Amino acid sequence: MNPFEYTRAGSIPEAVVAVSGEPNACFVAGGTNLIDLWKYDLTHPDRLVDVNGLNTDKPVTERPDGGVRLSAFATNATTAWHPIIETRYPLLSKAIGAGASGQIRNMATNGGNLLQRTRCYYFYEPQAPCNKRTPGSGCGALTGYNRIHAILGQSDSCIAVFPSDMCVALAALKVVVQVSGPQGDRVIPFSEFHRLPGDHPEQDNTLQPGELITAIDLPEEGFAQNYSYLKLRDRHSYAFALVSVATGLILEGDRIQEARIALGGVAHKPWRIPEAEGFLIGKPATRESFAGAADILLEGAKGYAHNSFKIDLAKRAIIRNGLMALSPDTQLPGARPSA
Amino acid sequence: MPELTFTVNKHPHTLQVLPWVSLLDALRERLGLMGTKKGCDHGQCGACTVLCDGKRILSCLTLAVMKAGADITTIEGIASGDTLHPLQQAFIDHDAFQCGYCTPGQICSAIGMLREGKAHSEAEIKDAMSGNLCRCGANKGILEAILQVKQTVPHESI
Repeated sequence: MNPFEYTRAGSIPEAVVAVSGEPNACFVAGGTNLIDLWKYDLTHPDRLVDVNGLNTDKPVTERPDGGVRLSAFATNATTAWHPIIETRYPLLSKAIGAGASGQIRNMATNGGNLLQRTRCYYFYEPQAPCNKRTPGSGCGALTGYNRIHAILGQSDSCIAVFPSDMCVALAALKVVVQVSGPQGDRVIPFSEFHRLPGDHPEQDNTLQPGELITAIDLPEEGFAQNYSYLKLRDRHSYAFALVSVATGLILEGDRIQEARIALGGVAHKPWRIPEAEGFLIGKPATRESFAGAADILLEGAKGYAHNSFKIDLAKRAIIRNGLMALSPDTQLPGARPSA
Repeated sequence: MPELTFTVNKHPHTLQVLPWVSLLDALRERLGLMGTKKGCDHGQCGACTVLCDGKRILSCLTLAVMKAGADITTIEGIASGDTLHPLQQAFIDHDAFQCGYCTPGQICSAIGMLREGKAHSEAEIKDAMSGNLCRCGANKGILEAILQVKQTVPHESI
């Protein structure tokens, strides 16, 4: 663990200047992942720039375009329990509630959730090779113990998965991310925010140095009538997903008018294949229809010594969650499977 | 060295702390409040749970300097004089601990959880308390103690 300086930013531009000005400076908000990584000697900031004072906006704001803006600096708990989110975007509320613990959700922010690092055991073990931690050192998980690892979109450099639950719902909702940086403000569609590992697994996302997430914008459609978040894991609560699924449907009679499906725990980013959603349009909301979508989502999936079970598990989870979305009221705490 | 002024158990304190000192270490080592426990020091066990501005947080993953101006309550601050907080009494009545190491965190977490008012059924309470581990396996008593307080104590007295 290294010593570091600490400053509190007075505004978003001030925070951006403070972090861009030093190579090893970084933003801190909730700190639940960053301070843990620092304690494990995996990150070595020279300066932490506290952005908590910047929470001047309301945590959740309805916008003129019908959508809703989430402050990047609001906590996960404040967001999940906000009446607008519980009512209009219950899929997001459920997904947030399935992640971490009550204490951590009171600390962790929305912006920070997007930036959390993988929980790959080889990433956390400094003695092990890991291209994400130490580029060029190899991947310990490829031939090691890889039960929790990726089955989709991985490369020979990295088979780590992105661990967020919240982001699986954000992918399904097709949000955009507002960022401020040294070159000004820009908007990043969520599907382009996180990246696949390729030859550069050290880069989790497409943020540029010094860029700060300021808000997340949700479109008007929240799939509040038919939605479900299903999280499958080694214990019922307070564990990362082996496979998770966020599903939102719009039904017309028994036919699917619009569908969204995103997977967590299977790739370096939340996994969404628009063709699988297109396949469902006009079809009845049945086991057979969701099975067809599942085949499209899992096309090209590849397992390793200990995680091949995830391919079939993900397909069955997609089917189960599609059926659960037909009766959202039956969902259980912890996003467990319901009847 | 940064100066930190905050309130702990209703008393104002001003400390000079290095930026990397956790709230947990500041409470234990600087203020002598040993009730809050260091279990894993990585946010996995919940033993270090305290209330910050009424909400349950993990003091091990919080830098003390980030809590300037905050109102912190630890296990030492929840009783009213000689009268135990209802959850402290319920933990005794339901044999909700064995070694006791997780107990301060369990009780602070349960206070925060009940104030949140989001967990109602037994299953919801179990899920909402999953950030607090009990290696002795007193979970049945812990759940019973929390349920009893939820059912018998007015929300504003928690």
